[in-house]
Amino acid sequence: MTDAMIIDDAPVASLRRLRRFVRNPLGMGALAVLLFITVAAVLAPILAPYDPGLIVLSETLLPPSPEHLLGTDASGRDVLSRILWGGRVSLQAGAIMITTAVLVGVPTGLLAGYFSKWFDGLASWVSNLLMSLPEILIIIVVISSLGSGLAPTMITLGVLASPDLFRLTRSVVITVRGELYIDAARVSGLGNARIIFRHVLSVIVGPLLVRASFVFGLAIIVQSGLEFLGFGDPTRPSWGGMLSEAFNTFFRAPELVFAPGIAIGLTVMSLVILGAAIADALGSERATKVRAGKRSVLSGTAPVIVEADKPAESATPASALLRVENLRITYPVQDGGDKAVVDGVSLYVGKGEILGLVGESGSGKSQTSFGILGLLPPEASVSASLLTLGGESLLGRTEAEMQQLRGVRMAYVPQEPMSNLDPSFTVASQLVKPMRYKLGISKADAVERAHALLSRVGIVDTKRTMAAYPHQLSGGMAQRVLIAGAVSCDPELLIADEPTTALDVTVQADVLELLRELQRERNMAMILVTHNFGVVADICDRVAVMQNGLIVEQRPVAELFADPQHPYTKMLLDSTLEGAPARGQRVPVQSPGQPIGKDAS
Amino acid sequence: MIAFIARRLASGIVLAFVVVTGMFFFLKLTGSDPARGALGLYATEDQVETRRLQLGLDRPVLEQYWDWLSHALRGDLGMSSAQNTPVIDLLVTRLPVTVSLAVGAILVAALLGSLLGVLAAINPGRFDRALQVTMVLGFALPNFWVAIILALVFAVKLRWLPATGYIHLTDDPLGWLRTITLPIIALSIGSIAAIAQQLRNSVITVYSQDYVRTLRSRGLSSRSILLTHVLRNASPPALTMLSLQFIAAMSGAAIIERVFALQGIGSVAINASGNSDIQVIMGVLLFTVLLVVLVNLIVDVLYSALNPKVRAA
Repeated sequence: MTDAMIIDDAPVASLRRLRRFVRNPLGMGALAVLLFITVAAVLAPILAPYDPGLIVLSETLLPPSPEHLLGTDASGRDVLSRILWGGRVSLQAGAIMITTAVLVGVPTGLLAGYFSKWFDGLASWVSNLLMSLPEILIIIVVISSLGSGLAPTMITLGVLASPDLFRLTRSVVITVRGELYIDAARVSGLGNARIIFRHVLSVIVGPLLVRASFVFGLAIIVQSGLEFLGFGDPTRPSWGGMLSEAFNTFFRAPELVFAPGIAIGLTVMSLVILGAAIADALGSERATKVRAGKRSVLSGTAPVIVEADKPAESATPASALLRVENLRITYPVQDGGDKAVVDGVSLYVGKGEILGLVGESGSGKSQTSFGILGLLPPEASVSASLLTLGGESLLGRTEAEMQQLRGVRMAYVPQEPMSNLDPSFTVASQLVKPMRYKLGISKADAVERAHALLSRVGIVDTKRTMAAYPHQLSGGMAQRVLIAGAVSCDPELLIADEPTTALDVTVQADVLELLRELQRERNMAMILVTHNFGVVADICDRVAVMQNGLIVEQRPVAELFADPQHPYTKMLLDSTLEGAPARGQRVPVQSPGQPIGKDAS
Repeated sequence: MIAFIARRLASGIVLAFVVVTGMFFFLKLTGSDPARGALGLYATEDQVETRRLQLGLDRPVLEQYWDWLSHALRGDLGMSSAQNTPVIDLLVTRLPVTVSLAVGAILVAALLGSLLGVLAAINPGRFDRALQVTMVLGFALPNFWVAIILALVFAVKLRWLPATGYIHLTDDPLGWLRTITLPIIALSIGSIAAIAQQLRNSVITVYSQDYVRTLRSRGLSSRSILLTHVLRNASPPALTMLSLQFIAAMSGAAIIERVFALQGIGSVAINASGNSDIQVIMGVLLFTVLLVVLVNLIVDVLYSALNPKVRAA
């Protein structure tokens, strides 16, 4: 939730949200049901055909009839009239509880999030305390002191529900406080209180509505539960009280439990659906991603690489270890079409050769790498005219078949070391498990191999590192561990995706040197994805330059540096020679196919 | 690890102390009258006054509090002012019923909720949507209403299981199972949905993490990645949800007990509330809060076993 409501608060955006909400039939249906119930409850004195308390002892437990549409109860009272009147109690209960929860939770959350000192500590402690109280018991205590009126119970429940809103508000404030425009506002001389009001409140209104609809539903359920237990005013018709009475005549007339139960269920369900529809309209990115439908995980995570219509042109030498021709990767976009992030890439790597794959962010370098490894997300569509590794075609291979190749034939070194190690497992288990699984060796052998690998990648205290969890490692150490893991099953092809970008400048050269040494020792082929021509000049044999999903130039390194042909290559080289990084520079696009920014590089 | 458990335990005890103390003074200062509660509306003012002296209610509140606390620490929760029986006896006979209900419901919810949550996460489409609908229903239908309907169908109409009563586990295990099945189903439905939903969301979130892709690049099978890496990283939030659901189940049990005429802690508390029986209310409260502290402690220990960062902190 918290990262869902980042800050675009232009009126345009809220209009867009409103439109999204209005277009959601389920949400609108829920809203209609709630309006209907509210109107029915408010107008109960007019709409109800009978006095809800009118006892007619000659007409008890009548079945539904034109006079009594829902029949009568054990005291001969009209069930429909009591349902209509009972709605008033439920709605009042919900209103009191949510008002209390908001009045208690939101201001404390604002203060705790904004002045994160002792007040935050205290408020968070109290909030945890309230959350560990069983509500019914507390209510029983309150009732035995203050009586079973609606206000004291619902106010108490509101206080007990306030931690939810407290936490929500607090986390939003903390997120917003980190945003720059708050600083900007402070610089421009606005006071703290004004800052809170102007920015934070406008951001939390949406999420607050979502939570409020749930709390409102909870109020109706708990209140009816209390009535069912007998903590209610028997002279006041309520859904819970009706259930309680129906339960007393359960064996004579069980059907009396249906109407109040359905009234409660329908109201609460509408509230929940309304809350979900508001959340959808707020456009939580995760929600849309999660709902995207195509996210089968166990059966074939990655899309199978389809053979392209275009025939292979044999533009790559038949002797190369990896041959890729006309690789195309597309993603579906909102308006129903497809967008190509890799648009017909052809490249090759010979045995023992290092290919540099160069280009600015978003040019499709990482997508190309994941496409070759078969690690693209399920919503991607991949095709190629030719894709071979050591002469075997990878086209049409299933996830299980690709999985056989990964680790032993081709391996991957990621860009960001800290997020690429599983935080819950030790280095040892993350190194040993794949070796046992892929190489079929014993645990003792795998452990011994892991020690040797770690010491090969330059880790001195291998014993300590093996026992460490990822958060105990430095970035450089973590990257060495990942490199050790990548080469642990002797792959023929290593794909390193900007392996030094996230590292400290002082260790970048060391890690690069390590990769080169390992590549030579093992005679591995390597694709080195980078945006840095310095790195290319250092260690690559050939270089492929990528722009907007296309390779614009692919030549041996010395040739390319001596005589760059493509204007984009020239521009990249110029910017590097001037000492500035190539990132963020733009040259006019020469071919169609705008990338959509799926590239992680 | 031991230091961590000790710290959590200490904070739990502080929590129990604060709650119990707060509630004691709340009851005393808002004018609950155990003497009147015990004797009923028709007792004369003199009788009530005599009773008040007997119960020691004329003493200063702080003295009464100290008296209660020092006895409670020695395991003596005093006498019920309405029934003239030791509070501890009441609790010992009634508590097992409620605890079997709440613990049973939470175990069922943990098991089924995890299973359904994982299945929904890895089977997008119809199964996942069905779970979403069940989630809404599980929340929207009051569990005591579900309990009534279950009793109607399985006990009254089909006569498969008893509608009322409780048989102690030690007397007849099979009979215990038969009496407790329907209440546990009714009590666990909402928790199953909540846990399934939580686990579904966190499994999907974990699947999008970089390290899952890197594990796949090592050639590990999808199944082994799911069962070891993904589940382990996805379970902490589900565990938190489980402890919240346990607290809700303790509340829910008090209501469900009425449907199945189970003599649990719920009816004790309700009667005590009607009689302003402060000793009994305090006893029930103390036991429940200690139980919640215990469950939270177990969850904390599991949490730290799953998450190395928590252990180190």
